[in-house]
Amino acid sequence: MLILGIDTSTSAISAAVSDGCGLAVSRAVLDPRGHTEHLAPTIAAVLAEAAAAPADLCAIAVGVGPGPFTGLRVGLATAVTMGLALGIPVHGIGSLDALALQVAEHHTGEVLVATDARRRETYWARYAVAPGLVDPLTEPAVALPADLPEEARSLPVAGRAALLYPAAFGDPVHDADGQPVLDVDAAAVIALVRQGLASGKALPVQARYLRRPDALTTAERMSR
Amino acid sequence: MGSEPIVLGIETSCDETGVGIVRGSTLLADTIASSVEEHARFGGVVPEVASRAHLEAIVPTVERACATAGITLRDVDAIAVTAGPGLAGALMVGVASAKGLALSLGVPLYGVNHLASHVAVDIVEHGPLPEPTMALLVSGGHSSLLLVEDVTEQITSLGSTIDDAAGEAFDKVARVLGLPFPGGPHIDRAAREGQVTIDFPRGLTTGRDLERHRFDFSFSGLKTAVTRWVQAREEAGETVPVADVAASFQEAVVDVLTRKAVRACLERGVEHLQIGGGVAANSRLRALAQSRCEDAGIELRVPRPGLCTDNGAMVAALGAELLRRGRTPSVLDLGTDSSMPVTQITG
Ligand SMILES: [Zn+2]
Repeated sequence: MLILGIDTSTSAISAAVSDGCGLAVSRAVLDPRGHTEHLAPTIAAVLAEAAAAPADLCAIAVGVGPGPFTGLRVGLATAVTMGLALGIPVHGIGSLDALALQVAEHHTGEVLVATDARRRETYWARYAVAPGLVDPLTEPAVALPADLPEEARSLPVAGRAALLYPAAFGDPVHDADGQPVLDVDAAAVIALVRQGLASGKALPVQARYLRRPDALTTAERMSR
Repeated sequence: MGSEPIVLGIETSCDETGVGIVRGSTLLADTIASSVEEHARFGGVVPEVASRAHLEAIVPTVERACATAGITLRDVDAIAVTAGPGLAGALMVGVASAKGLALSLGVPLYGVNHLASHVAVDIVEHGPLPEPTMALLVSGGHSSLLLVEDVTEQITSLGSTIDDAAGEAFDKVARVLGLPFPGGPHIDRAAREGQVTIDFPRGLTTGRDLERHRFDFSFSGLKTAVTRWVQAREEAGETVPVADVAASFQEAVVDVLTRKAVRACLERGVEHLQIGGGVAANSRLRALAQSRCEDAGIELRVPRPGLCTDNGAMVAALGAELLRRGRTPSVLDLGTDSSMPVTQITG
């Protein structure tokens, strides 16, 4: 079953294709403000590399955040319109869960996933991981790094917040090449969709914003 | 007729999610999902609220448009989408959606200019666009006077607002008069019950201003004048004659708009004037433009109100025209440009 994976919740614009039995292609472009420009060409590139056409796809897996809103929506909008045009299902995965799965290849035990939420804040959640397994211990949340619980901040950490606020966090988890795990890889989103489908889990495609829009209603302005 | 190409257009530059479908120059569907009621709670359009609403609305709106047109997405020959100008985050939802469709269907993608689309929509309403045409685009987001020599390639901006857009002035004055958002229709309605009794200022219409800003507009001074006038009455303990203020304010706006538009036609030897944008729905603007155009021997073209406000049909109409004239499609790494100049018609 050929699945296309998409994630635009971090600085990487990531697309992947895999058939679940050997064929696996993943590409990413690093450009925190270039999601609109880079996503479609990256999807076209992974499809070409997999020698697949859009019509060969059976499902789409998309990271639903949390992540900076504008970029996050690019991935979601692309995923849902592709699903509509191709007549195939679209499944959503928490983007922090995907990062946790990436870490699980190199680490067993508890980890903190903390990504860049801009405005000096981080999107974060705690996980227990083991190779191929991700168990969320907390719901994703947004906070200033210093406001995270002490026991979370001392954990090995994945995500860009580890680079941005090194003083606030523990040691970054490194991948097989010795590089810190910073951004979501759409291949991990596909892997979690396969796990979710196998266990009959609902995988709603609903953006996780965690913040409300920056605006006061007329009623709120009056009450100030 | 059946062999003419089908173009689906997506418009998300502000608070309406619009999807239009055109076959050749025939409008098949014009479907809108509006988040205006959500914005009304905030007293104006909130970009993040609009972007969230676009993402929620895009799939159902495309589905409804296809159902209305009696087609499936597989029948679509090209996708067009507003690439700018507009709210950056809102535009990105539309462009990403358009790419998702174009990539999946294997059809060309046209990223287009929102303002040029406002002009092109008249093709599906009144047939081929006479060129050159003068276009007056007035809405909450724009007040532009455009010389259209080729709607797919050559548009020149002769003037635009130097402060507030015309529709913005309607919204702000409505607030001063205690009328709901959006202000345009409420002021129009109130004005019909009133008389033009107050001589409010006409921005950039005399002396040096007229020389330097021949076809530009300014509505900020007018808005301030109305506010002061209303405040003075309130402070004096008098009742504010809402209908008369609305009528007088509206007259000042449409007088300047039509005067400058007709003058531009005469000076440039252009025999057709098109009015578009949300403010084109204003009944007084239509009436005054009609009589001034008749006096000057100019043909006036105004699409029906539903096609003047932001919609997907206008984007599909421009896409169809680009396709018909064999213009080069956009590339897959098309971006958005929130301040896209009207001289740039495709992205
Ligand atoms: Zn408009």
